[in-house]
Amino acid sequence: MSRVIRAHAGIGPSVTGTALVAADHFSARYDLDRIRGVFSRPQHALYGQGYVGRVLVLLGAKGGVATSWMLREMVERGMAPAALLLNTANPIMAQGAAFAGLAFMDRFEGDVTMSIHTGDEVFVEPAAGRVTVRPMSG
Amino acid sequence: MRLTEEEQAMQAGALGAPRRWAIEQQLAVGRFFDAADFVPVSQVHLMADTESLGDSGVDMLEQLARAPEAERRVRVPTITDPRGIDFAAYERLGQTERMASLERRSITAFRAMGVLMTDTCINYQTIMPPVLGEHLAFGDTGSTIYANSVMGACSNFEGGPAALAAALTGRVPRYGYHLPESRRGTAVFEFDFRPRDLADWGASGGIVGRALQSYWQVPVITGISSAPTSDELKHFGAALASFGTVALFHMPGVTPEARDVGELFDGPAPPAMRIGENDLAAFYAGYGALGDKLDVVVFAAPQLSLIELDQLARLLAGRRVNATTTLLAATSPEIKAAADRMGLTATIEGAGSVVLAGVCFYQMHAREIGEAMGWKRLMSNSAKLVNIIGGYGYRPTLASMERCVASAIAGRVL
Repeated sequence: MSRVIRAHAGIGPSVTGTALVAADHFSARYDLDRIRGVFSRPQHALYGQGYVGRVLVLLGAKGGVATSWMLREMVERGMAPAALLLNTANPIMAQGAAFAGLAFMDRFEGDVTMSIHTGDEVFVEPAAGRVTVRPMSG
Repeated sequence: MRLTEEEQAMQAGALGAPRRWAIEQQLAVGRFFDAADFVPVSQVHLMADTESLGDSGVDMLEQLARAPEAERRVRVPTITDPRGIDFAAYERLGQTERMASLERRSITAFRAMGVLMTDTCINYQTIMPPVLGEHLAFGDTGSTIYANSVMGACSNFEGGPAALAAALTGRVPRYGYHLPESRRGTAVFEFDFRPRDLADWGASGGIVGRALQSYWQVPVITGISSAPTSDELKHFGAALASFGTVALFHMPGVTPEARDVGELFDGPAPPAMRIGENDLAAFYAGYGALGDKLDVVVFAAPQLSLIELDQLARLLAGRRVNATTTLLAATSPEIKAAADRMGLTATIEGAGSVVLAGVCFYQMHAREIGEAMGWKRLMSNSAKLVNIIGGYGYRPTLASMERCVASAIAGRVL
């Protein structure tokens, strides 16, 4: 049984993907090996996991400004996540998503890292401020 | 968003394709953050190291640079953050010709757009310090938090593409720290001690940053009884921004927007979180590696001031870095020239170290350098750097400049 989560209107195209979820934050420079497409910061909750093509669901942004260039570079090489969903964005993530044409949303009703679980199938509609979740077990 | 006639003309393409691209980017971000309109900015600080840009970013810059001159020129003074290559040193660091080629191409494109290649993250110390109430588009977390907090200027984090867009339009969407209501305090941190050196100041910023979860939080720092130096606030702010994605702090009695805590809250201030020496010790312990073989010591992030380079030169005078360890110090081109003139570079390099100009270590393809040079254990007095560099495959240790230098001479972590 699918369910709908509402959020502020986001940026980028509508996409479908499999969720990768953690109660941690995100920075492309700090956390990723962008060549291999895995989380490379040992302290990150998703350390060692591949993110390419996944709908990344995390608490918020951390760290510096490089993500705004890097998201587009990752998209161009086919090494980007399908979408990025955060409880709280910072400007860098929004600027990067706009530049890259990456699906991006924040300001959900409730904690999005609790509403979506790793493995769920997720339909992300940024313009409508809507995410439809089909649980892994459903 | 409300648009002026000029902004509508940019959106319609009447001022050329680069400005249309720029304002479309800004409109997407402005609408996302519910901005009502744009605010003009007086200067832009642009982060665009080639590791972040990649081939696609450099291609895009070259495309903008091919536009007619009237359409591609920046509209406000625009300066650059550190680059990825120091052409005087890149071969010694294992950087490749491909990296150098990307760098040359991006420099050529920026110059065609009228960008001033300052290549520094300490522009607030060396180029043009912002002033109270000045609206900016700053593109480095450390420079932004310093400008907002210590100078009382107004900027959001403007990542590379956003800063480039601001340079082309001369404005930014008015949201976040351009609005007075966003600059109020949200949390109080009471320090029970005064940080002793720059590493302590960075660690203190890191402790506060870890406790915060959002860009929209504004910490108010109390317990610092006398004014810190510019370098101390530089390390504090850079680490706070790095660990917490924070863009503004207040230190009543030190920073310009409040004389006391009460001025920063509409009602009673929230209870203070106390930060003590035990918190500082725990922070350092997270990066401990006593006795480990030491591959590289890096002084950077932020680039060193002339005062820091003088301190480093004094520590290294008449000594020799261990043959198994490399010591790097990064500064701005202006400060490097001053250090050359004053003999500081000769003293530092005479001890077997390298002074880099116009770069910062983590913006230099640090993963590839580490792999080429066989570096793992890295030591620094920059809390910001140790926070970043773990994701690049390094094992970082945080310590004072004195301990870093002593360890570099010993070849192991002391």
